[in-house]
Amino acid sequence: MTRPNLHPILACTAIAASLLVALPAIAQKAEVIHWWTSGGESAAIKEVAEAYNKAGGTWVDSAVAGGEPARAAAISRIVGGKPPVAAQFNTSKQYHDLIADDLLASMDEVAAKEGWDKLLPAPIINAIKVKGHYYAVPINIHMPAWIFYSKAVLAKAGVAAEPKSVDEFFAALDKIKAAGMPGLAFSSAPVWEALTFNAMLMNVGGSELYLKFYRDRDSAAIASDGFKKVLSSYLRLKGYIDAGATGRSWNDSTSMLITNRAGFQVMGDWAKGEFKAANQVAGKEYGCIAGFGAKSPYMVGGDVFIFPKTADAEAIKAQHLLATVITSKPLQVAFNLKKGSIPIRTDVDASGMDICAQTGLAVMKDPSRQLPSPGMLINPDAAGAVQDVISKFWNNPSPNIDDVVKSLQVAIKR
Amino acid sequence: MTGSPRRRPARPWAAYLALLPMAFTVVVIYLGTVLWSVGISFTSSKMLPRSDFVGFSQYERLFTTDRWHVSLHNMLAFGASFLTLCLVAGFLLAVFIDQKVRAEGLLRTVFLYPFAMSFIATGVVWQWLLNPQLGLQTSVRNLGWTSFRFDWIADPDLAIYTIALAAIWHGAGLVMALMLAGLRGIDESLWMAARVEGIPRWRYYAQIVLPQLGPTLGTCLVLLSLGVVRLYDTVLVMTQGGPGIATEVPAKFIMDHIGGRSNIGLASAASTVMLVMVLAVLAPWFYMRSRQAARGLHG
Repeated sequence: MTRPNLHPILACTAIAASLLVALPAIAQKAEVIHWWTSGGESAAIKEVAEAYNKAGGTWVDSAVAGGEPARAAAISRIVGGKPPVAAQFNTSKQYHDLIADDLLASMDEVAAKEGWDKLLPAPIINAIKVKGHYYAVPINIHMPAWIFYSKAVLAKAGVAAEPKSVDEFFAALDKIKAAGMPGLAFSSAPVWEALTFNAMLMNVGGSELYLKFYRDRDSAAIASDGFKKVLSSYLRLKGYIDAGATGRSWNDSTSMLITNRAGFQVMGDWAKGEFKAANQVAGKEYGCIAGFGAKSPYMVGGDVFIFPKTADAEAIKAQHLLATVITSKPLQVAFNLKKGSIPIRTDVDASGMDICAQTGLAVMKDPSRQLPSPGMLINPDAAGAVQDVISKFWNNPSPNIDDVVKSLQVAIKR
Repeated sequence: MTGSPRRRPARPWAAYLALLPMAFTVVVIYLGTVLWSVGISFTSSKMLPRSDFVGFSQYERLFTTDRWHVSLHNMLAFGASFLTLCLVAGFLLAVFIDQKVRAEGLLRTVFLYPFAMSFIATGVVWQWLLNPQLGLQTSVRNLGWTSFRFDWIADPDLAIYTIALAAIWHGAGLVMALMLAGLRGIDESLWMAARVEGIPRWRYYAQIVLPQLGPTLGTCLVLLSLGVVRLYDTVLVMTQGGPGIATEVPAKFIMDHIGGRSNIGLASAASTVMLVMVLAVLAPWFYMRSRQAARGLHG
């Protein structure tokens, strides 16, 4: 297939790639591009490599630090005609342009054999199945909107029990503030500002409003009182952060909980890695709230591997073997234990997992509580536009909710 | 009487041949990709390039995007403060060193050192210095001045000037080095003459030295202006464009849309606008220079 139009970076990469001597394909050899480079992450991906090698393949690790550079590398290789056997993306619309251009291989054969239709939760199927064909294999489920808290700080501030509703949450924040500590450990960066907004949208507005915003892009819903209440609750959180939030990294915020210097942190379940590194145990030193109320939604995010289309029969075999290994029960448990996420299937032994993961798996058993993450519902461009609006709103010294409503109505349709 | 016809020198084919790779690079890689990018800005390309023609719709979106306006405004605010203060600071440093101070070599190195640091390292250092809880503000408060406030980096209206501050710290040494070279090129007898006339030192520098530094000043201005247009790394490290979108700059807008936001159509439109803006500034300057050169030739 020839592509007359090449992106300059892609073109350079393609030239560079073609200069390399093509190695003869070795049986089931799989070069995989991913961005899992930190301590816990690389231990997790090592589980996949070992399982794949044990199943008869040869894993060729191609780690690129950082999600964006790793995806850019994968895209240039694919467009340049020298694709890897597999590449990591987020469970989202990030790779849907590649599917539209017919650059990805369908995994229908593996999906049929393994029964993905029944096995996988609906939000994930919607993210990886396009026009009736599977184009990616999910490896984990991350929930990006956990509310973590330090048990010691809550006790010290006189908060008797874990908050069970948004009102109780704010009451607890008030008490911690009164005790002279920041209620919320916060990192002022657009990505965390948007993540916190999504958590408030899910918890204050509920699944229905969340879907009306992200899935239906409903202008009327954005102008509704319910949505305005979400915006004002979100802004109310600003009263509980400290001046040092500017430029603080997310893991420094987590360490404020670990060292009992702040009450709560809204963050994805990857934050558990920080607690673990400090020898803290979920349920003992720190607690985790997935959402408020008995029917609270569980936001489903995570990672997938995509498989670039190739004519090489050996590479296709390698792709199928890798897809089969990734969704298998033993690997799902081994990988997610190390990664801090939860397995993509609920029919696994959860006894070795921490109580946050166990809560997550229990919630996932109820399909009505599964909520797709924003990236699964809107393209990266619109997600970026929404993030700009939210971030500006959060940092505006004189915020105006009506202005934000108007800006969001435009941004969500990008 | 006619002399024997002078032999025209043979065309230096070998030299042309040697230039070919560079010519190819300039025409195909530089100009070619520029034209390609301009072309892409008229398509609906998202993650991958497409060849459908959609007219000016990317430009329409660009100029209805709040963040783009903020970015352009920031480039002007940053550019004005950075260029002025960096030139002034660099010039003063050069004048200071030109006073035959002791340990000149050491001071020169110290002042030039920031320029040897990467934008990333510069950004990280200044982010820490300016962080209200870690840096200057807290240090001064610990010294006893408890009401001291310096939290510009967290203030949407002032944050862009903290980036200018870091950039001035980074660039002033370079201006100093260039200016110092210029100063050393000025005839010392002028200073003697000025002293005989009883002209104060500041007037000597302002009215006699500065006009002679014109070409050096031009060089500095061009080098620093490049830094204004491509300002990216420092923002990324110091504020990530924040608070909110208060310190967004055009280069970051472009990079974000090429990368994570997968909209190379919009990114190309933004880079085309930047190209046109730079050309609009450079064209009159080139024209002036060529006029001057032509005058010089004709006497």
